[in-house]
Amino acid sequence: MSKQALFGKTLNEIKDICKELGMPAFVAKQLADWLYKKKVSEFDSMVNISKKNRAILSEQYIIGLTNYNKVQESVDGTKKYLFTTVSNQFIEAAYIPSENRKTLCVSSQVGCKMGCLFCMTGKQGFQKNLTTGEILNQMVSIPETDELTNLVYMGMGEPMDNIEEVMKSLEIITSDWGFAWSPRRINVSTIGVIPAMRKFIEESEAHLAISLHSPYNEQRKELMPIENVYPIEQVMDTLKEYDFGRQRRISFEYIMFDGVNDSPEHAKELVRLMSGVNARINLIKFHPIPDTPLTGSSDVIMERFKEVLEQKKVITTIRKSRGEDIYAACGLLSTKKMLEKNQDKDY
Amino acid sequence: MAFLCLPVNTNKMPQKIKQLHKHLVTSVSEIADNYFILSFTRKFKFKPGQVVAIALDKSHEPRLYSIASSNTANEMRILFDIKQEGFLTPKLAKLKAGDSIMVTEPFGEFIPSNSEEWWIATGTGIAPFVSMIESGIKPPKKLIYGARYLDQFLFQDLMLSKIGNNYMRFCTQEKADNIFNERLSAWIERQDTLPKQIKYYLCGNPEMVVDVRDLILAKGVPFENIMAEIYF
Ligand SMILES: Cc1cc2nc3c(=O)[nH]c(=O)nc-3n(C[C@H](O)[C@H](O)[C@H](O)COP(=O)(O)OP(=O)(O)OC[C@H]3O[C@@H](n4cnc5c(N)ncnc54)[C@H](O)[C@@H]3O)c2cc1C
Repeated sequence: MSKQALFGKTLNEIKDICKELGMPAFVAKQLADWLYKKKVSEFDSMVNISKKNRAILSEQYIIGLTNYNKVQESVDGTKKYLFTTVSNQFIEAAYIPSENRKTLCVSSQVGCKMGCLFCMTGKQGFQKNLTTGEILNQMVSIPETDELTNLVYMGMGEPMDNIEEVMKSLEIITSDWGFAWSPRRINVSTIGVIPAMRKFIEESEAHLAISLHSPYNEQRKELMPIENVYPIEQVMDTLKEYDFGRQRRISFEYIMFDGVNDSPEHAKELVRLMSGVNARINLIKFHPIPDTPLTGSSDVIMERFKEVLEQKKVITTIRKSRGEDIYAACGLLSTKKMLEKNQDKDY
Repeated sequence: MAFLCLPVNTNKMPQKIKQLHKHLVTSVSEIADNYFILSFTRKFKFKPGQVVAIALDKSHEPRLYSIASSNTANEMRILFDIKQEGFLTPKLAKLKAGDSIMVTEPFGEFIPSNSEEWWIATGTGIAPFVSMIESGIKPPKKLIYGARYLDQFLFQDLMLSKIGNNYMRFCTQEKADNIFNERLSAWIERQDTLPKQIKYYLCGNPEMVVDVRDLILAKGVPFENIMAEIYF
């Protein structure tokens, strides 16, 4: 049997492991410290753990950190890191530096099942859920790890479709025994998978970003099949049930498609839909991907859309494009690297 | 981690969270290798094409299933295949008549249009179309159904009787008369043109839906005419 990774285990899981291996309880805390504070990559570096216990640990476990395989750097400083998972699949993380922030965009799945019309990740199908360790590895195995100020779960995959591992990763990042980050530095995105979104809202304090893309059901269905089962009004109703407090932010992501969802009527309908939810909206320029019938709205149209929203007092930003020259829209690089597709198909 | 964000008004919750209701299983039968029909008493009205969420008890996250029966029948039916490492499907397959399961009210918007339609499915993705046909919805201009093996054309008698020659079966691993021995995607790809004004209903696993949608789009069908139900 292949050895399991320790990196990515929560403190409770580490305590269980220590118990099972007959180690004193305090070793769990020491282990967490080595894994998440000192971020060591070998058991031998864990000098306050006895040699005997280190040997026991290394018999059954590995630390489980992996280096990236490749990095591409954009002229604007954005870097795209490509990692290989244990099962030989590719994921990517984008490092996006700006004047006052150093943000990392991480993946939560290899591929995605949600099938949004405008998304490249969906085109590679779904391969697997990332483990907690694989999610966190993206954060710690890049040279900029100690400079990171913000983390966004907006890479490959739908975080709410891998909610257990995503929640564990958030626990490790925000716990005192873990990376001890404030949850306010983290933003998790979703297309609105309501049951898992509830769990996230109730059990985490991180910010939430919802991919909206059209305020009209019929149109959102064409862009995002999830709308069939979890319509956007129900997502809004769910949000209204909770008190997010002053610190926790909800935002809506709105990719602008030329002639599709960028009319003033769309903006007004969006305002209506958002009423009662204290949220801001990010307008995003669309970068066409192969085989989509969609193109991006012009800057002028985006500005006009923003004006309509702002007139109605909705805080609106137009998200700057980053890393365009390296195809930073998450999903592209790894898709190119994808393994030969499985030939045994029923279609 | 503590439970941090609590609902503003807990009285509101019951309406918002989809409630699970106890239903009585009436039968479970294996209709092809690894494919099962689960029937249970029907308590709610529904529109053909809708889904229900099912769980064995309230402590586990329910899974979604397309309803695969007539909207006037006393029993409701779902069609499922066992996912080997799955949580729920191996347990569903072991249920017996008289057992109870938890089911939500039907919901979902993958419902027929007023236009002409082509339906495209693989595997259990046939389920909503079974419900549509059995509920008396106008048959599609074509039903294109793909499978690996001949015994996996679920509900083929029903479809043959109601849709006739417009029911097209594509089998990738075995041959038989009146069944295309190729992938449905290969057939679509070979078509010079596809009708552009009709609606395309795609249902099944994510990879099939995304790949077939791309093929249809490449033939010039506007994206507005493609409806996709993805079994994520
Ligand atoms: C709108 C909609 C409609 C649907 N309709 C139908 C339908 O009509 N019929 C139908 O059969 N299905 C349908 N589904 C899918 C269904 O909801 C379930 O996802 C499916 O039945 C599997 O449930 P499960 O509990 O057995 O598997 P799950 O436990 O949910 O697992 C799902 C998959 O993940 C894999 N997996 C589970 N645990 C692990 C692990 N630890 N490591 C690696 N892999 C793992 C399993 O092998 C399995 O393939 C639908 C889904 C949606 C969204």
